[in-house]
Amino acid sequence: MAAALRVVVAVKYVPDIQSARAFEDRRLVRTSDDGTLNELDENAVEAALRLVEALPEDAREASEVVVVTVGPADAEAALRKAYQLGADRAVHVVDDALAGSDYHGTAVALAAAIRRLHDERPVDLVLTGMAALDGLGSVVPTLAASWLGWPAVGLVTAFTLGDADLSATRELDGVTETVTVPRPAVVSVTDHANDPRFPNFKLIMAARSKPVEAWSLADLEVPLERLSEAAGLPLPGVGGEGARARTTSAEPRPPRPETEVVTDKGEGGIALAEFLIRHELV
Amino acid sequence: MTSSRRTVLVHLDTPATELSSSALELLTLGRSLGRVEAVALESPSLTTLAQLGAYGVELVRQAEVSEDLGPDAAHSTALVAEALARAADASGAAVVLLASTFPNKESAARLAFLTGAGLVIDAAAVGLSDEGHVVGSKRVLAGTWDTSCEIVTDLAVLTVRANAVVPEPAEAAVETTVEGFAVVPSALAKAGVPTSREVHASESEGPARPALAEAAYVVAGGRGTFGDFTPVEDLADALGAAVGATRDCVDEGWIGHDAQIGQTGVTVAPRVYIGAGISGAPHHRGGMQASQVIVAVNNDPDCPLFEIADLAVVGDLHEVLPQAAERIREHRAQA
Repeated sequence: MAAALRVVVAVKYVPDIQSARAFEDRRLVRTSDDGTLNELDENAVEAALRLVEALPEDAREASEVVVVTVGPADAEAALRKAYQLGADRAVHVVDDALAGSDYHGTAVALAAAIRRLHDERPVDLVLTGMAALDGLGSVVPTLAASWLGWPAVGLVTAFTLGDADLSATRELDGVTETVTVPRPAVVSVTDHANDPRFPNFKLIMAARSKPVEAWSLADLEVPLERLSEAAGLPLPGVGGEGARARTTSAEPRPPRPETEVVTDKGEGGIALAEFLIRHELV
Repeated sequence: MTSSRRTVLVHLDTPATELSSSALELLTLGRSLGRVEAVALESPSLTTLAQLGAYGVELVRQAEVSEDLGPDAAHSTALVAEALARAADASGAAVVLLASTFPNKESAARLAFLTGAGLVIDAAAVGLSDEGHVVGSKRVLAGTWDTSCEIVTDLAVLTVRANAVVPEPAEAAVETTVEGFAVVPSALAKAGVPTSREVHASESEGPARPALAEAAYVVAGGRGTFGDFTPVEDLADALGAAVGATRDCVDEGWIGHDAQIGQTGVTVAPRVYIGAGISGAPHHRGGMQASQVIVAVNNDPDCPLFEIADLAVVGDLHEVLPQAAERIREHRAQA
């Protein structure tokens, strides 16, 4: 593979897992105070950059890594972070009508953005992280791939590109699988796929002034129609109203009961066993 | 639609051998929602049929793929989705339940795409709303919030976490019959068949332990083990528990990747979680915080895992764990 590559990386803006994450009005709070690029998406950006960097110079020059996110206005921060790592172009699908979307609504918007990019100039591969650390659903990549009519392979630790296909190794619970699928394809990589780089000073400075393209749903009308036609399926609704699965309640868990503390003075193990016996857990 | 008439399809992960506890949990849960039918991509074994009978399942719909895709066909997640979509259509099902594994999430997503079904992933409980809609509840944000999601489409697809319910056979056993249905695989389903598939022969020595993601008891070790998992394994075997570890231990090469508990490894929600020599970094906590009872053993009285523990034992795990294992074995021998 020495031809130029066009790689799309789908990323998500999530609350930092160390911050006080919460719901408001049944929706997860995603604000600029604690929001960040989903850590696991850094592995996807890294995988894309490495693919391009491994190409001969001519092909490298003609290649492009495009990061795409679907999210609220603050989600631009995730794209800026991807710029700091070395992405070439960033697309932000942002529309008030998308707020409260379920998996289907989010995935079709993402797929439409990828379709638009693909119609501009063919996309060779879509990469993404294995999960977003807020919802942990891991289904948006498969749903988006389905709309595009492309194969999806998740939990990939290593992959190689052939002329028209892609061979991926994935690590499931106790099983290693190899799958070979035609390209373009959607691949989610694990945190064992690589070690993401740290942004360097030059890129951090450059990231500030790089443009982020904002696409509304109106900007995606044509690709959305094309997706629906190609799949032979009606488009799913977006936003809270269009959701097929609606969050009806979100409550903080009651604090755990006070911790019982035992300091081992030779009988700590017996105390542990007796605790389980007392609570009828053994 | 009354609950007794609603058809619930349960996808069987391992019909060719025997059903795992998570499949039995799905059958139990399915019975609370309506009439359960099972769907298999491989021929069910006699053991599986006996289990289904005991759990009150009268019908297994077995996918008959129109061309031979080799022995690993059932591991094409796109093929599983297409088979479930056909079965849902044929049975008029209102609900499809799958165990919450990563491949099943892929299948569930594609099934929801094909059928337009509302989708809930990692449900810890499944019930019905006043309007008769399926409601999936889950614990999110590292076990700190509870959410409920109502599925408003005619078909609901849910993946359900292990230990959501305790498996319980039906009041009366029934005769289970197998009925084939044809599936013509799409190009994507064919491409999704693995070209190679290697099952790791871990746990080949010593007693067989339950799968980590499904276990009702988990004993996990961290950096405080200094690479010696003997006490962790000893207590696990006394309890019939699975063995887990922190990412540190995996990175050090002390234990295989399969044992990693955390947001990027296996997430567990057992009845009892015992963490030994584990400080409780956010990534690890995210993978175990939904456990029902949490016990932490650490010689550092300030270890963050103690903050979310029901029982904190301040002490050396190399002393505490063997003593606990011995006392539990005595108790079990008496019982």
